[in-house]
Amino acid sequence: MEVKLRDPNTIMKLSRLGSFHQSKLSFLRSFLDEFKDWEYKKDLFDLDKNGYGTAIYSFKKKERVYSLICFANKIDDEERSDRVIATKWDAAFTLHDGIPTKEDIERLKNEVPKQEVGRLSYKELTLSRANKSVRVFNHVVENLSNGIQPDLELLKKVGYLYRTTAVYGSGKFGLADRFRIKNREEINGPFRLEMMLVYLVRQFTFDQVNHVAKFKSPNTAVNLDPKICKKLGIGNSTGLGMAPFIVNHPTLLNNWIMCRETALKKIREIKKVNLDEIKLFKLSVKNSLKNITSWNTESDYQKKKITSLLDNVQKFIKFIENEFNFQTDYPFNDIYLWLEKEACDECIEYIVSLMMEPFNDIVKPLVSQMSSEEDQYFNIPTDRTVKDLIDIIEKRYPDILKINFEKKKNYKNFWFISQNKEEPRYANRFEEDGSELEQPLAIARDIKKLHDRLDVLENDLTIDKFLINNSDLRHVVRRAFIIEKFPYSEIQDNTIGEKVVPIDMLRLKLSFFGALKFDPRSDKWLRICMFQGAPLPQELKNYDQQWVYNF
Amino acid sequence: MKSLSEIETLSKRASRAAGFSWGIAEEVGKSIRLLELFGLEGIKNLNEYYKSRSSNKFENVNLINENNNSGKFPFCPITLGVSFIDQIKNIEKFNKITFNKISYPLLILPFLSRSSEIIGKKIHLKFDQYEFLLNLNVNISSNFFNQGCPVITNGTEISILENKDSFSDQVWKNLYKLSEQTFVKESDSLKEGAAGAGLTDND
Repeated sequence: MEVKLRDPNTIMKLSRLGSFHQSKLSFLRSFLDEFKDWEYKKDLFDLDKNGYGTAIYSFKKKERVYSLICFANKIDDEERSDRVIATKWDAAFTLHDGIPTKEDIERLKNEVPKQEVGRLSYKELTLSRANKSVRVFNHVVENLSNGIQPDLELLKKVGYLYRTTAVYGSGKFGLADRFRIKNREEINGPFRLEMMLVYLVRQFTFDQVNHVAKFKSPNTAVNLDPKICKKLGIGNSTGLGMAPFIVNHPTLLNNWIMCRETALKKIREIKKVNLDEIKLFKLSVKNSLKNITSWNTESDYQKKKITSLLDNVQKFIKFIENEFNFQTDYPFNDIYLWLEKEACDECIEYIVSLMMEPFNDIVKPLVSQMSSEEDQYFNIPTDRTVKDLIDIIEKRYPDILKINFEKKKNYKNFWFISQNKEEPRYANRFEEDGSELEQPLAIARDIKKLHDRLDVLENDLTIDKFLINNSDLRHVVRRAFIIEKFPYSEIQDNTIGEKVVPIDMLRLKLSFFGALKFDPRSDKWLRICMFQGAPLPQELKNYDQQWVYNF
Repeated sequence: MKSLSEIETLSKRASRAAGFSWGIAEEVGKSIRLLELFGLEGIKNLNEYYKSRSSNKFENVNLINENNNSGKFPFCPITLGVSFIDQIKNIEKFNKITFNKISYPLLILPFLSRSSEIIGKKIHLKFDQYEFLLNLNVNISSNFFNQGCPVITNGTEISILENKDSFSDQVWKNLYKLSEQTFVKESDSLKEGAAGAGLTDND
């Protein structure tokens, strides 16, 4: 039986993309899988009694070494901010390519804590900073120094000791360009080294908290129980900076979604599933309930989604336990069809992620297909005709062509780059100045405009001639030819309409990172947790692949 | 040192600010990145060209012909470059294309380089005493190496080169003869077992 890939016009709607969850394809999970047999080391731990100083951690295999260099600094409480406009952080990090020399460390000590206004070199691969969750960090130090473990309820509520507020890579602020590393065997998936940085930062937070507690009370202090460490991840505050990324990298977006869709299609096409696979799937679904019930947020928007998710997953468990027969042919196809009929978007995508758990042989080969050589698709095929372009637009953007951009509500907002931090922002064009400097992210509006302009032209006119007088639409002409080959490359929604929830775009990207517990703090930024439940570095050689549901 | 990613982003944004559409700005970003990757002064020339736009006029070339005359003002290298890459499959038939005046000619190089890749043919560019050979977007050979590019060319020739060998048949034969020393003479029994042996090819 052949199952069709899901329709991009359904899957690429923002509300659906904003319901995506982590899976075996997620970058932090594929990072752990790739680096599990690398040699992990703490190379330097030179902190003072308050936990300020320098630490270095590394992963090594044969001649290749990646070193995380951590700089922990004192900041006052009033200086601590998760906003991108902050200029000081509790700790700053860079992932260095190789073993850093003393000169490298001195150079980086000056630059890394400055973050966006510092300068890195081609020898550095990623850059980040993080702030303590002061309440949790102090509580843990206090308890450990008194010889007792911290309050698990408090830890469970927050989920981390530190949260990062940005993780940069790919040539930002002088960091190495992607082309320098992309052919390395271990870089066979997107954001691999960003994930490594976050993972090693997590370990630094445990070592630092133990160190401070020990100095506070050398005679009574105990280390944080490794079982508790495992339950902690790294928090992250994410704003709109992520949203334009998925619009600006259409072939990459396609490859992420295409791999997810291909995995689902192949799983639905399995005729007979064995008992171990059934057992693992059922166990993962049941264990995952903890992830839903411990998902804390103050956001009414997210609370409603969590409540509905929990109800739906419980209903689903009843269904597979009491009504469903896994011995039937193509059981996961039947399960998927049941979900389409009975479950909300959030639950459909949740179970789609869980379906991948037993099928490593399907998922693993897809991981290496999630990157993209974007430059290969940059040139516009200008010998194609107006008719070709109209056909592509009508086939690939059916719902977008129905939007009436004469109505103010459909072009209410605009995307721009803020002058003070050079970060993407989103605003109401009728209330804020600057819409004349709008970024080219209103793809739906511009595609509609392109279609209208093409519609009155001769069908056989070639695109090189069309572009002579229509340069303003060149960016969407390029995109239309990309979507012809890459059906999941475009968000099938209006990103400037009044009903847009920008965090849906962040959620999509973060789900592919492998984030858990999305906690929207407004419609424009959210907090998440990464690596919560993940094996500690010394456990990597042989770890539970379903750790994400088992902590 | 600035990364290529920073170079591309800055060039794109500056091009938009200089009045080009976002689509053209994307082209410029990619092109300046390519120039800098090839070790040529893309950022410097782009900066100087955009500065000069406030006080000078430039002609946009739309349809490229064999001989292109800009009239009073020189051609804008950006619109010329974009038109060239857009129309390359049509203008490929011209053996030689001339432009009377091009401003900041270094800026058209990456567009020619990408065009060379699209048609699978080398492109030769000549202005003043400088010559460039664009090799299928893999590299650029030149007698120019950041010597200070002219602000305006007086006569530019672009030739689309047919794919042909850079060596004579005799040179090839000589080298082939040498390569034969790596071959082993086959015995009759080995010949009998080789692919296709024993069959009639006319059946």
